[in-house]
Parts: sequence; C-alpha cells; structure tokens
Amino acid sequence: MNKPETDVSQIGRDYKYGFHTTDKPTFSTGRGLTREVVETISAQKNEPAWMLERRLEAYEHFLTRPIPTWGGDLSRIDFDSIFYYVKPTETEAASWEELPPDIKQTWDRLGIPEAEKKYLAGVGAQYESEVVYHKLQEELVRRGVVFLGMDVGLREHEEIVREHFGKVVPFDDNKFSALNTAVWSGGSFIYVPPGVKVEMPLQAYFRINAENMGQFERTLIVVDEGAFVHYVEGCTAPIYSSDSLHAAVVEIIVKPGGRCRYTTIQNWSTNVYNLVTKRAVAQKNATVEWVDGNLGSKLTMKYPAIVLAGEGAHGEVLSIAFAGAGQHQDTGAKAIHLAPNTTSVITAKSISRGGGRAGYRGLVSVDHGARGAKSKVVCDALILDEESRSDTYPTIRVHEADANIEHEATVSKIGEEQLFYLMSRGLSEQEASSMIVSGFVEPITKELPLEYAVEMNRLIQLQMEGSVG
Amino acid sequence: MPLLEIKDLHVALDDGAEIVKGIDLTVESGEVHAIMGPNGSGKSTLAHALMGHPAYTITSGEVLLDGSSLLKLAPDERAQKGLFLAFQYPYAIPGVTVTSFLRSAMNALRKARTGGEDDPIPIPEFRKELAAATEKLKVPRELLGRYLNDGFSGGEKKRIEILQLALLRPRLAVLDETDSGLDIDALKTIAGGVSDLVGPEMSAIVITHYQRILNYIRPDFVHVFAGGRFVAEGGPELAEQLESEGYDAYLPEASNGAR
Repeated sequence: MNKPETDVSQIGRDYKYGFHTTDKPTFSTGRGLTREVVETISAQKNEPAWMLERRLEAYEHFLTRPIPTWGGDLSRIDFDSIFYYVKPTETEAASWEELPPDIKQTWDRLGIPEAEKKYLAGVGAQYESEVVYHKLQEELVRRGVVFLGMDVGLREHEEIVREHFGKVVPFDDNKFSALNTAVWSGGSFIYVPPGVKVEMPLQAYFRINAENMGQFERTLIVVDEGAFVHYVEGCTAPIYSSDSLHAAVVEIIVKPGGRCRYTTIQNWSTNVYNLVTKRAVAQKNATVEWVDGNLGSKLTMKYPAIVLAGEGAHGEVLSIAFAGAGQHQDTGAKAIHLAPNTTSVITAKSISRGGGRAGYRGLVSVDHGARGAKSKVVCDALILDEESRSDTYPTIRVHEADANIEHEATVSKIGEEQLFYLMSRGLSEQEASSMIVSGFVEPITKELPLEYAVEMNRLIQLQMEGSVG
Repeated sequence: MPLLEIKDLHVALDDGAEIVKGIDLTVESGEVHAIMGPNGSGKSTLAHALMGHPAYTITSGEVLLDGSSLLKLAPDERAQKGLFLAFQYPYAIPGVTVTSFLRSAMNALRKARTGGEDDPIPIPEFRKELAAATEKLKVPRELLGRYLNDGFSGGEKKRIEILQLALLRPRLAVLDETDSGLDIDALKTIAGGVSDLVGPEMSAIVITHYQRILNYIRPDFVHVFAGGRFVAEGGPELAEQLESEGYDAYLPEASNGAR
C-alpha cells in the first residue's frame, strides 16, 4: 500500500509524472564513483582513447575540486549512493514499438510520441543514462542536418565532436562540469549545415526512472553559418524519498549569422538536484537565445551563458523560475561581451510560494575591446506568501567606457486589491492568483511555440494548486 | 422577496474607525437606486463592503440577496450569486489580455451555475457576445488584445468595467462613481449601455457625486449619503435638487467649510 516513494508527495503539488516503472536495466555500474567506473563507461561505449583520457582527467579534477558553498545547499548530496551509469536497453530504437513495453509506456504517458507526430521535426528520448529513441524527419536528414544521441554523434562525427567537446565548457569550469565530463552518457549531438533553417523544433526528452539515479547527459550543438535551429528539452522523474542527481553540460557554437534557440522546460520531481552548465558561443552576427523554464527539482543551480565572441553577436536569455514548497531555484544568466557592438537582453522572472526560494544570479561582463556593447537585464520577482523568499545577485563588470548597461529589478507580492478585483468577477482565490502569475510570466511564455506555452502555463497552474490555504 | 435587503449595516476599517453607521436599503428587481453623497462620505466603502472586500469589517447588520445572507461569503461567491461591482479605480492585471480575462470570468460564473462542473463558453458564442457588447459600448477593438487595465486611461478603464458588466450579466450591479473621469460622450454611451441592461433581469445601485449620470440611468429612488448614513431619501427630483443646491444642507455643521 503506502510505498515509501509516495510519502514525499506531501509537497502540495500534483506532480503527475511521479510514477516509475520496474524495468530491469541491461547493465549498471552500481552505486558510487571510482576510476574503474569511468573506465567501464568508456569501455561500454567503445570510445576512442582520447575521450577516455578526457574522462579520467576530469575525474581527477572532480575529486580535488571542492564542492561550491554558494548558491544552494549541496552538502546533502551523497555521491557514494548514486548510480552513475545505468543502461536501460541494448540499442537505440528508431521506432517507439521497438522499445521494451515498460519504457514505451513511460513515453506514452508523457505524451512524447503524440507530440512528435504533431509538431516536432525530430525527437530524442533519454532514459537513465542512454538515449533509447532517436528520430529526425527524412527531409532534414537529406538537407544534411544531424540530430543524434551524443554517443552515436561521437562515433559518426568524431572530428566535429573532438574539435568542440569541452571547448565551450572546459572540464575544470566547475565541480559538476568535471563530474559530467568524467561520466557523461547520452545527450544530443546536433549539426545544422550552412544556410539550413530547421523550422520546427527538435526535441529531446530526459527521463530518470530509477531511485538514486545520476543522469549526466552531454549536448553539443553546432549551428553553421546562417543556419537556424530551435532545440527543446523537457525533463521529469519519479518521486522518491531519496535524491537523484542531474548534472548536464550543454555546449553550443553558433557560426557567423547563425541562430540557435534552446528552450528548457525543467520539471524534475522535487527530489532531484539539478546542477547544469550551459554555455553558448555566438560568432559574428550570430544570435543565441536561451529560454529557460525551471519549475521542478529540489535545487537547481543553472545560469545559461552566452559568450558574444564575434562582432554584432546578439544574445537573449528568458528565464522563469518557480519555487514551491521545499524547492530552491538558484537560476540566472550570463552575458559575456568580448567583441564590439554585441548586444544582450536578459529577462528573468521568478515566483516563490509555500516557503520556496527563487533567485536570480547573473553576470554581465563587457571585456576590453567590446566597444559599443549593450546589455539590458530585467529581473522581476513575485512572492506569493510570507514564508517564501526571493534573492537577486547581479554582477556587472565593464571594461569599456562606452558600454550601455541597464539593470532593472522589481520584487512584488500579489496584491490584496488585485485579488479582490478578480474575485469580484467570480474567480476563486486560486484562479485569481494563477491568473496573476500567468500574466506575470506572459512576457516569456508568449515567446514559446504554442504547445510549449500551453505546457508551461499548465505546469504553473499545477504549481499553484493547493497554494491557497 | 426583495432582490437586495440591507438592514442596519455598520462597516468599520481594520483600525476600528466606523465608516458606515447604520443604513437600510431595499432594492426590488428592476429598480435603480442612486446613492449620492459628497466626497469622503463612505460611498465607496459601502460598495466595497457589499462585495466583500477583506479590509472592511461588517460590525453589525445584515445584507441579504434573495433572502440569504451574503456576509459570510467570499467575493467570488458573491459574484457567483449575481452581485457585480463596477470599480471606481479598476486594477491592472499585466500579462492578461482583456479578452482572456473576460472569458475566464464568464467561465468561472458558468462553472458556479452548473454546481462546479466546467462548462466553458464555446468560442464562437463568446466571440459573438463580445463583438455585440464592444460595439454597443463603443469599446475600441484594440483594447481587447491589451493587458487588462494596464496603461489604460481612466475612460478606457470605465468602458472595460461596463463591458464586463454587459458580459457577466449580474442581477445586481453596483456602479461606484462610474461617471468620474468620463467626458460627456463617453458617459452617454456607457450609462446608456447600463440603462439598457436594467430591467427584470438586473437592478442597479448607482453611486455618484453628480447628478449627470442619472440623466442616462433614471433612478427610481435617490438616497443621500453623508456622514455614514442616509440623510435624505426621495425620487429622481431629489437628484436635481442636489445638483442645484449642493450637499451643504446635509453636511454636519462642524465640517462645513472647516477644511
């Protein structure tokens, strides 16, 4: 009857993805991390020697690098209890029917095959450590677009991977990028040839199923000159009484005149530590956009970064963080201006309720030589009750006198008067607060494709349920 | 049974200050009552208290709609029972368009009517009703796609209040100084729109400082509200008398010209 994993559902939100299945993995390295685990993962994948070297170098660094003491509380992560590599199936499938029934059922319940039919150009689906399903529209394959699981990407496009892997996010960037580099598995590899514009989004879906799982996907996206791609990722996990760890690394290179939009709708269950390093390099006149929605997880520390390396490059970050009971969203953005006439816009909206804590941590840096750089940061926080908390930690470094930097921040509470006004029209207190919150994040949701905007709004409604006493 | 019955109503602020000091009012269906009074007399407090604003405490008395008490009900439940307040100063809801708000509010009332089952208005029907009401009230179409009251002029806000009234079809509309901030043409359109809605389906309480709105919404009864009480009551002629003579006769000596 009362399974321990359902006890944690006392979190005041209706998390419909909290189910798990009991499928047996085909291989697992067991709990804990050693040099042998790293070697085993590499051997399982038949990797080139250079990749194993990089893994081991990163592993050594991970061991010596202290755990960060800023941001959220990371002291409770028990690195010895985590499963670092769990292989759910022997091969990657190209049709949903080829998957084991339990795993297929999970994707069905998440609605992924349905979404693929309706509005996606390609789908990758990662379950535990491996990408179990991958497919890209024929038309895009013909035009030279590459969308593969990262492991397959490494096998089939070794030169491109070797050229860029670890260049945008070096292994020693932080403790979790070191961990990811050591034990990475899965993730997406995308290459878009010059001038090719992928009109519909490519979606990757990340699912943790097992308890104490560690998921360490690695994504590399290369958008060639004048090309465009919109990549979307979603993530969910079951609710367990003990914690899981998700530590991904995403590297993006956008060549001159190209554009890449990367949208995340993060909806991990509230027992997942989500510690992700995402960084993109925008070359001359290139555009990078991060749309980062963080609604789930126990603790998220994530600050998508854009390095504006070429003249005229443009970067945008739209960030939504919603922290409910027991959640801490330490999110933000970084814009690093290295070249002249580069521009960046960061719009961050955070909502906290039920004792949750949401914050904005950001960096705008204008380096020597980035003449005429412009940056605008707007961060707005909405606090729904007295127990909840919001913090803003902006850092601005400017080394060019003509830089134009704007920073605006507001903190507001849902006003009694706004609530009264809406309730006087027949909306319940909860409907009224949900409406105010949806309106608050609207500047961001309106940027999303319709299906994702609907999904984001639905997740916000779920977060709001039970929020009124 | 009267539609609304207010019996010896006393309303105080959180700090205990009594603003409404015992009023009685009976509104039958189809009637229009004007409540006229000088600024600061507590007219808006009365309107907000009827709607259930949490900052006002009913210290004694009773308010009955269709014979059952409203006083324990939250504002949304009062709205679901057919009460509507057109605000003097409507609030802005950034990020929520007028159209989407109107549909949500209509659906909330429909849901209450079916006893809690979702019964959303079909989109074509909604569009039709919205188009008819916006045309009648001369609401610029452009306003419908903007965020509710966000950056609206005073007149635009008032138009949107009455648009809500027209679509939500309450049984009792309380208009709190709807005429303030309106030019004469806007007043004519808006008040005319309200007047057309008055009938067996809807009664109205028109709260105002000036008589002019009453040229377009003819009251059956006029109540003069000063110092927290009704100090005079009569028919439409009382409004005209106030317009020519002012409120001086009804103000307590002490405050007469004191400030």
